[in-house]
Amino acid sequence: MLKWLITGTWSQLRTMGLVFMHSFRKRETVNYPDEEVYLPPRYRGRIILTRDPDGEERCVACNLCAVACPVDCISLQKGEQEDGRWYPEFFRINFSRCIYCGMCEEACPTSAIQLTPDFEMSEYRRQELVYEKEDLLINGPGKDHDYHFYKVAGMAIGGKDKGRAQNEQEPKDVKTLLP
Amino acid sequence: MATIHVDGKAYEVNGADNLLQACLSLGLDIPYFCWHPAMGSVGACRQCAVRQYKDEDDDKGMLVMSCMTPAADRTRISIEDDEAREFRASVVEWLMINHPHDCPVCEEGGHCHLQDMTVMTGHDRRRYRFRKRTHRNQYLGPFIAHEMNRCITCYRCVRFYNEYAGGEDLGAFGANDNIYFGRHQDGVLENEFAGNLTEVCPTGVFTDQTHSDHYTRKWDLQFAPSICHQCSVGCNISPGERYGEIRRIENRYHGEVNGHFLCDRGRFGYGYVNRTDRPRVPAWRSQSKDDPVELDVDAALGHGGSALRAARRIIGIGSPRASLESNHQLRELVGADNFSTGISAPEQAGLERMTELNRTCGLPTPSLRDVEAHDAIFVLGEDLIQSAARLGLSVRQATLARRHDLASKLGIPTWNTDAVKTHGQDRLHPLFIAYPSATGLDPVAVRRHALAPNDIARLGFAVAHAIDPAAPAVDDLDSDMAEAARTIAQALKAASRPLIISGASLGSTSVLDAAGNIARALARRAARGGLMLVRPEANSTGLALMGGHSLEWALDELTGQSADAVVVVENDLYDRAPRDRVDQALAKVQTLVVLDHQYTRTLARAHLALPSASFAEGDGTLVNLEGRAQRFFQVYDPRYIRPQSRIHESWRWLHALGASLHRRPASDITLDDVTHGCAEAHPMLAGIVEAAPGANFRIEGLRLAREPHRYSGRTSMRADQAVAEPRPLQDPDTPFSFSMEGYSGHGRPRQQVPFAWAPGWNSPQAWNKFTDEVGGHLRGGDPGAKVMPLIPGHHDYAGNLPDAFQRQPDRWQLVMMARLFGGDETSSRAEPMQERAEPAHLTLSERDAERLGVSEGLPVGITADVGEVVLPVHVDPGWPDGLAGLSGGIGGGWANGFMVELVPAGNRHNRPAGAGEARPWNG
Repeated sequence: MLKWLITGTWSQLRTMGLVFMHSFRKRETVNYPDEEVYLPPRYRGRIILTRDPDGEERCVACNLCAVACPVDCISLQKGEQEDGRWYPEFFRINFSRCIYCGMCEEACPTSAIQLTPDFEMSEYRRQELVYEKEDLLINGPGKDHDYHFYKVAGMAIGGKDKGRAQNEQEPKDVKTLLP
Repeated sequence: MATIHVDGKAYEVNGADNLLQACLSLGLDIPYFCWHPAMGSVGACRQCAVRQYKDEDDDKGMLVMSCMTPAADRTRISIEDDEAREFRASVVEWLMINHPHDCPVCEEGGHCHLQDMTVMTGHDRRRYRFRKRTHRNQYLGPFIAHEMNRCITCYRCVRFYNEYAGGEDLGAFGANDNIYFGRHQDGVLENEFAGNLTEVCPTGVFTDQTHSDHYTRKWDLQFAPSICHQCSVGCNISPGERYGEIRRIENRYHGEVNGHFLCDRGRFGYGYVNRTDRPRVPAWRSQSKDDPVELDVDAALGHGGSALRAARRIIGIGSPRASLESNHQLRELVGADNFSTGISAPEQAGLERMTELNRTCGLPTPSLRDVEAHDAIFVLGEDLIQSAARLGLSVRQATLARRHDLASKLGIPTWNTDAVKTHGQDRLHPLFIAYPSATGLDPVAVRRHALAPNDIARLGFAVAHAIDPAAPAVDDLDSDMAEAARTIAQALKAASRPLIISGASLGSTSVLDAAGNIARALARRAARGGLMLVRPEANSTGLALMGGHSLEWALDELTGQSADAVVVVENDLYDRAPRDRVDQALAKVQTLVVLDHQYTRTLARAHLALPSASFAEGDGTLVNLEGRAQRFFQVYDPRYIRPQSRIHESWRWLHALGASLHRRPASDITLDDVTHGCAEAHPMLAGIVEAAPGANFRIEGLRLAREPHRYSGRTSMRADQAVAEPRPLQDPDTPFSFSMEGYSGHGRPRQQVPFAWAPGWNSPQAWNKFTDEVGGHLRGGDPGAKVMPLIPGHHDYAGNLPDAFQRQPDRWQLVMMARLFGGDETSSRAEPMQERAEPAHLTLSERDAERLGVSEGLPVGITADVGEVVLPVHVDPGWPDGLAGLSGGIGGGWANGFMVELVPAGNRHNRPAGAGEARPWNG
């Protein structure tokens, strides 16, 4: 009984002491929004669509981000430009559903879709959280500065004929008899 | 049966198969490329290697290609063997050496056999550091896109196109690294089955151009089991929808009907569903001169109900392109005495004769698969490739099957395609055709007899007489015809399974009678033959079983003012009757209610226009040419993407209109109610209930999923309209759900499969998982139910023989020529179809053209009671004199048998050639 009384009291005092000591520790919370938060560059926030080094839309509307998305909040439609490039006619992300998991970025074969360290997206109306392509597309390559999908792919587009991609031979002349 | 041992386990398999077929039928996965269930083995790709052991003591064994090795009894193989695995991985790696980095921008991605096989063999890193060979592409027409870089040289395309489908303008060019699959120069692929290349090609060399124009990955499409509405064959299809549009038609495997293949009209003719000018909301006007006002459902039904209540008598005009349910519900609304089928009288007479013959000729109607098992075929008055294309493809296989018979005598298995072909050479089962113009089956026919309809009938009667002398004889037959009749009769008598094919193309009941006589003659010889009769439209057979007055009767009733209201269901009257006649009738009508899914000329005149569902938005039942009732199911609900649309099935509209007419509260009605009602009202159609499971059907308590489980974008696709997602749409009519929730596997046998998918199998090859054996039947049974059974007994021969065709000095007998592209009312409204369709033309013989002083391409005015058209001339050297061939599907009541006047139009009119009175969208 006595032992219980002593250890109990000690425990209470020690706890109070520890809590009191925290008053002198370094502050962990920041005074957001007065103070800016540091987020690491790989933080997964607002999603963007980037452009290739030539300034063309990177997205080829392959739909892999949409199918990778666990909450199905991405939808888009493939279109084709005159020069043969595939592009999204519309590209919509419902950020009120997005869980910022980054699976879309992981699935993207062209580095088009990327997550940025921006989380300041609050809105009063949920409808405002539906982002269309013009809200998503930026004017730069984002994190991946060099990748240019069409320089690797075999499809011919305006300005890049057959056989002009990396590691490609000139197109075959079917009519020749030479080996 | 044979017992084979695979990786130490014993299995019972069909000993006539090869090992690959046998293992796939068992559900074991072996990767393959060049083998195809319908085209056999050639052993070109080396992908299906397995290790085979001599006996149980053999522990070394050797690698064999499973597709080229018979599944003989006591065969011992190992699929899992390390060396075999390594070999298969290396083969895929070679094939991938030149494969471009295209998957994200490739239309095949997501349903690609090459992707599946690459994953299956485990190849995932490129080690080859050198350069890839590239090729230039070709323009292959509006249906097919070409991207030759992706080719893995499996040779499936040319084997299908040249051998199976009989095409001549696709080939393999070059050698070794140069090899190229394409045409000799850019141009439209001519064959009518070219679209199957998109499914036959294991990768993305040949892809669906119409799909690419509004591309969606297979996993994002919403499917339902559907039936093609573009002709009477009733092929099973899987239409895929996204964002409220049909994006693609895929073949839905049916063991008895279409098997693996569709024709291009069925595959690419869906565009009319997506037309922007479709009626989507009810429209009403009280006077014909007013502009129609768009109304909501209740208001529209209120107006319609009171207008019909005010009418003295209501006539109902149905349609052979509408479902049985819609036609039945119309018949219920107006009463059997006031119901017209919407089919012209001569055509209806033909349909009734066909129904009678199918029931009483003594020979059964074969399925398409069964057609391929017949060994002598006589086609009377049909250009099958144009009028029932898929049937034509089966007839082609039937003639080629002689090679299998010859090979089996030498012990060559039928799957060993090259050996079978080499041994068979040009020896085919006999096929005789009687048709005025060249047909797509001529290359495999013994002879085509270019005759006028009456002479075709006389030839048929003569053949029947030659088979059975009790059949009526044909007098004064010229010696050529008599000889031809003897030859054909001999071939049919010699065959173990003779098949007679005829149909409505020439609009001649004599031809049908002749076909019936041959069938009866064969039936009396107790031959295991068949009779196949081709109907013009998707539900012609069903509507003939239902019965009703002809279109002419309906127009007469209206013109004579014995009725003052008419309800027209999914029928453009201007397409079936002369314009003046329809104008006259409709001018007398107080209330014209039109239900259609297309903006037709009839709908444009309606007082009340109700937007009905096309095959993609509604459910219903069709009866195909073999009397198989088949149900098609709603693919998508148009309200999901376009909440303002008010599209419903015609039968639902008509039920509600009936309630409004009789001032009853509109009760709910479901597909099952209507189908049962239809089956009870028409004893001949009692079987249609069995055509598909009802709305309560569940597998393990689950509905069947319309969407693949990877379906994406659910919380985003309509977020631009409203961010809150609506409840998933409920479907009271069918066992399918409008979501990915539900059963979509292959473990439980089922008949109704919206889309074929199995783990690791995303391409159409996944159908192998749903069949009892590859290329066999669905494990749950092939869908559909046969109505129209054969009535046993010897029925009498038809005796009314027609006179020989006599050429008239200044008049020509009109022959409507079936046209696959552009020849039917709905698919000819699809954009790519318009691009592919040959412009309508007039066919004349050389002598007649000379007599008229016209040559190829010059315009000629064609005048008949129904009006006049001006069309360019096509001179056909083999064409019989005195006949004028008019391209089918030009509408306006032009029909077979008219006697027409022809006047060269070049100097008389300045009208552009080909314009005529043809449908404006018909080029």
